[in-house]
Amino acid sequence: MAKNDVKLIGAWPSPFVLRARIALNVKSVEYEFLQETLEPKSELLLRSNPVHKKIPVLLHNDKPICESLIIVEYIDEAWASGPSILPSDPYERAIARFWAAYVDERWFPAMKGILGAQDDAARMAAVGQVTEGLVLLEEAFQKISKGKSFFGGDHIGYLDIAFGGFLAWIRVTEGMGGIKLLNETKTPGLLKWAEKFAADPAVKDVLPETQKLAEFSKIIIAKLRAAAAAKAK
Amino acid sequence: METHSKKMAEVKLFRTWSSRFALRIVWALKLKDVQYDTIFEDLSNKSPLLLQYNPVHKKVPVLVHNGKSVAESLVILEYIEETWKQNPLLSEDPHERAAARFWAKFGDEKVLPSIWEAFNSEGKEQEEGIVKAKENLKYLEEELKGKKFFGGEHIGFADIALGWLAELENVFEEVASMKVIAEDEFPLLSEWKRTFADAPIIKENWPPRDKLVTKYQAFREANLLNKAPK
Repeated sequence: MAKNDVKLIGAWPSPFVLRARIALNVKSVEYEFLQETLEPKSELLLRSNPVHKKIPVLLHNDKPICESLIIVEYIDEAWASGPSILPSDPYERAIARFWAAYVDERWFPAMKGILGAQDDAARMAAVGQVTEGLVLLEEAFQKISKGKSFFGGDHIGYLDIAFGGFLAWIRVTEGMGGIKLLNETKTPGLLKWAEKFAADPAVKDVLPETQKLAEFSKIIIAKLRAAAAAKAK
Repeated sequence: METHSKKMAEVKLFRTWSSRFALRIVWALKLKDVQYDTIFEDLSNKSPLLLQYNPVHKKVPVLVHNGKSVAESLVILEYIEETWKQNPLLSEDPHERAAARFWAKFGDEKVLPSIWEAFNSEGKEQEEGIVKAKENLKYLEEELKGKKFFGGEHIGFADIALGWLAELENVFEEVASMKVIAEDEFPLLSEWKRTFADAPIIKENWPPRDKLVTKYQAFREANLLNKAPK
């Protein structure tokens, strides 16, 4: 396949974009990475994702696919001959999708709550929520991995990618607050998983460096705090 | 004399009479002609079984198949699609599958909240809410160009996910005295609403309209009361 058949519109700090990049790497798909500054959003982005105007957008033979988890499933289906991303059993697929939805709809908003917290009390409350979520994910990991390295078993899969996209942000948040979100006591499985995930060939070259992301995060935090303050009025 | 097997059906659906999310599962199972048992839940008094089968969210719908539970309506729809292959709800083409999933998500994350927002408002606030809702609905109108259903010739995944627009949305409009999906502004969506609502299986399974009106009237009154005084 010619390299420009596949393009990904994204930005290096985004955990959602990272999901798409990891999925493409799992399938060894060559693609052109079109970095957005988002200020302003490119013509191509606005044209390819008019509904949400958000990244990531995958362009496969110029047809756009939007929404990171939908992109990951698309990649799995369009490059069916590569290693599988979703498990083959329908029930296991349902479990993977359930927890990915949980990460996006429950856990991630709590993470944003930490970064956008106006004061220590709000931050502690958000940390509590995130930790509760991580304990649930730890339980899920124990059940789903069945003693293997990843949610996907011996190799990274859909749920590894869905949750793992946030790993650099987890590290940044830990550094900021001097807290250990992933730790021996509450999330021993996920702690080990994180190391293995970060080292995986499909991940290691695209996972943002924690320090670089920490610098970048200052901008995001300012925005999140402003948004939270506006909402509180 | 007939003897009925006491063995419980392989497939059980936990639902409430009104849940628009559970209704998706009813439609999908019936469209695929899957036999199942229904367990109606009273959400103010959740059964131990529901809490056991969906400990994370404690919500309906939950599908239980051979003792294993699946929660979250769109996740359940995908499970049903993959387990019972007759009358497919998704195309085989990956791009079309992605599109169906996209519109289902768009419905839940943008369309529904914007209409709900307008529903729980009045006066100028409601007018502004309706404008926002219509901005979202325009995308659905666009998507229906040249198609009978979002799924093409047949009801598909996106139709089922958006199906609440075909009946419940009418209830919202009536209770909140608002017009959101007007025929002249949304001819394709208006036609789709009628076609979908009248389709076999779909039309046999709507919750009773008068009960819905009463329920949502109560919701609206409570929500309007709860809003901070201007």
